[in-house]
Amino acid sequence: MAEKKYRVVHYLNQFFAQIGGEAKADIPPFTKEGVVGPGIPLQQALGEEGEIVATVVCGDDYFAENIETAAEKVAESVSPYKPDVFVAGPAFTAGRYGIACGASCAAVGKKLGIPAVTGMYEENPALDLYRKEVYIIPTANSVRGMKEAIPKMASFVRKLGLKQEIGLPQEEGYFPRGIRVNQFVSRTGAERAVDMLLAKLKGEPFQTEYSMPTFERVPPSPAISDLRSATIALVTSGGIVPLGNPDRIEAASASKFAEYNIAGVDNLTPDAYQTCHGGYDPTYANEDPDRVLPLDAMRALEKDGTIGKLYDRYYVTVGNATSVANAQAFGKAIAEKLKAAGVDGVILTST
Amino acid sequence: MGLELGIIKIKDVQFGEETVIKDGTLYVNKEELIALALQDDRLSAADVELARPGEKVRIIPVKDVIEPRVKVSGSGEIFPGVVGKMGTVGSGRTNVLRGTALATVGQIVGFQEGFIDMTGPGAQYSPFSEINIVALILHPIDRLAPHAHEEAVRLAGLRVAAYLGKAGKDIAPDELEVYELSPVSDTTLPRVAYVYTLLSEGLLHDTYLYGADAKKLLPTLVHPNEVMDGAIVSGNCVSACDKHTTYHHLNNPVIKELYRRHGKDLNFIGVVTSNLNVTLADKERSSEYASKLVKLIGAEGAIVTEEGFGNPDTDLMMLCKKIEEYGIRTVLITDEYAGRDGGSQSLADAVPQADAVVSVGNANEVITLPAMKRIIGDLKPAEVIAGGFVGSVTAGGGLNIEIQGIMGATCQLGFGKLTARGY
Amino acid sequence: MHVATIVPISLTVGANRIVPAVAIPYPLGNPALPEDEEKELRLNLVKKALRALQTEVEKQTVFEK
Repeated sequence: MAEKKYRVVHYLNQFFAQIGGEAKADIPPFTKEGVVGPGIPLQQALGEEGEIVATVVCGDDYFAENIETAAEKVAESVSPYKPDVFVAGPAFTAGRYGIACGASCAAVGKKLGIPAVTGMYEENPALDLYRKEVYIIPTANSVRGMKEAIPKMASFVRKLGLKQEIGLPQEEGYFPRGIRVNQFVSRTGAERAVDMLLAKLKGEPFQTEYSMPTFERVPPSPAISDLRSATIALVTSGGIVPLGNPDRIEAASASKFAEYNIAGVDNLTPDAYQTCHGGYDPTYANEDPDRVLPLDAMRALEKDGTIGKLYDRYYVTVGNATSVANAQAFGKAIAEKLKAAGVDGVILTST
Repeated sequence: MGLELGIIKIKDVQFGEETVIKDGTLYVNKEELIALALQDDRLSAADVELARPGEKVRIIPVKDVIEPRVKVSGSGEIFPGVVGKMGTVGSGRTNVLRGTALATVGQIVGFQEGFIDMTGPGAQYSPFSEINIVALILHPIDRLAPHAHEEAVRLAGLRVAAYLGKAGKDIAPDELEVYELSPVSDTTLPRVAYVYTLLSEGLLHDTYLYGADAKKLLPTLVHPNEVMDGAIVSGNCVSACDKHTTYHHLNNPVIKELYRRHGKDLNFIGVVTSNLNVTLADKERSSEYASKLVKLIGAEGAIVTEEGFGNPDTDLMMLCKKIEEYGIRTVLITDEYAGRDGGSQSLADAVPQADAVVSVGNANEVITLPAMKRIIGDLKPAEVIAGGFVGSVTAGGGLNIEIQGIMGATCQLGFGKLTARGY
Repeated sequence: MHVATIVPISLTVGANRIVPAVAIPYPLGNPALPEDEEKELRLNLVKKALRALQTEVEKQTVFEK
């Protein structure tokens, strides 16, 4: 019998692990030796080279309600097996299961340094959350696609197990992760540009080297009907912080946002506030931080009754080379806080 | 308006009693160059050092790199309106000292200059590692205002480069390149224009056309040959990786490639220059005007190049959109700032019409470089130049730095062979 | 709503109510103006922002005037 070249641990939810349906969706993670459910055809596809040594199982609800702790627990369960590869699902369209697969793969990758792969349908909401950190194989939108999914996932598991280089998404069949990698090629940019233009003009197919990102659109919120009783908050990406930047927001590639109390403050002055944003000439903002965060104007409008109240906290980050992912996360978190505080409208200023 | 470039192949640079070219070696008289530089009393001291391909040398911080050229016949002088006499250039004969360049060295800003490694893993990111460099190290007088400092260094570099060029005036060239936009009889060949955007965002971010500040210019027409004689010179220090050095302008690869294919599979109809200004109104005005010019000259397709990053991405997208709305197809050349992990959004702006983009690489890629035996200039600025960070200079003098700091690493004229792929 | 100078970027990333700001380093200011005029400029920009919040919009809207 050929020696096993690599060890694999598989992750399944309660349904695919044949524990039960929705009624069992609250079970905490546990481990089974060997394979179960879709792990059986997966093992068959891996043949003699790879061995699925264990299967970690968790209920979808348990995971969804404790994503971070559940993912940690899964990683802890995987650790003693010292596998070469971690594979989860496939999850098809199941949202909670997709999140569980994505988060588990991400945790195993981050905490244990073990390469991981999962599979799901392109509309699974977990795809955009985890595609950058985790290899995700496209599958059909229902369990009827299991027969096609298994060999695709097996061949990827094998590549990871044999430590082979993973090529371009279109070559290897995984969802593009959105990671740009530099490469030297044989022709100069100018030569490639003229080639591309001539092909475009002739109506011949060409491959752009960079696809424009599509940005999510959100529906506009309803207008404020009664400004005189409304609470308005200020938020800025212009880096206006208390003097000394106590929370050390970075001048570029900010990893955080901060919240500061401005109750009783009528005006931002250079003895108390500064900018920490590294992407614009700071002279003017440091002379008068109201130029970026218009606190003085808002106070005046609060005093004369134009607005009901200026919310007594403001939120700040630095919008300089901030990753879109972080910006989205900050935005969501700030919005949750403002909503919970009963704020009616926000003025966001940017530099 | 035909131009002949007489290519004199320079294989080595050495110090000598005279500034002269003998058997493919450029000899430079150090004292002459220093005296020429110090003609500007805003400079207090100067020095000259030489670096050759393959030497274990790092040159830092570099402001501009300039190829020495000289007018042999035809009107005007090299770098007309700046250090050369004003006159329309681009015709007659120009001799080129190919294989060498003057680099101005010395810290001006501290976060916008760059470096060149003549060997090692960093060398392949810069075209300047393959040529013989005459490094002109310049020191300003005390408390010189930044505007004056930049100007003094810029003019000294151009002045000395023009002087080196003169050494080639009576030398018989090794090769002749002829640039003539001869009329194209085949009307099926697509009419292609080149939209050449020039960074013009203020102090240390400026470019000059015949000595005129590009930020004050409306888009205009330029004959490609004028560019070869130095009608466009760099006054900017935008990130080293994607600033167009004067060398890049003189050797514009888009112009070169369009010329190469002129009459064969395209009709190169002309060059429209435009600027990259700091207000929205200026961006609107220039993109309207430039796209209109592209339409007026009858282009069917246009290549658009960018300089810099961030808000100039908006100019690039405006130009793309407006030119495409005239029914003219575009290809854009741009670099990317996708973050050190390559996972961030590469451009600050986007339009759906930008469906044909050439990427010259992610400027945020971090690279580890060995220490070099000799530093021309000063290594310390590596931690503050764009692309550098605290800890960029490792113990022993190696560098851990973004390619953003390497001169020409992601030149958006499409000079190099770097690209980025999506994984 | 978004007060920003480079309106095209604000539009690209999806802001629905946008008020154009003065300049990148001083979106709600102008160091060239005397202090009282600058304060008035800022007050007017903020008032415009509040008007935007009170306006129903169906798509992305830039409030120029």
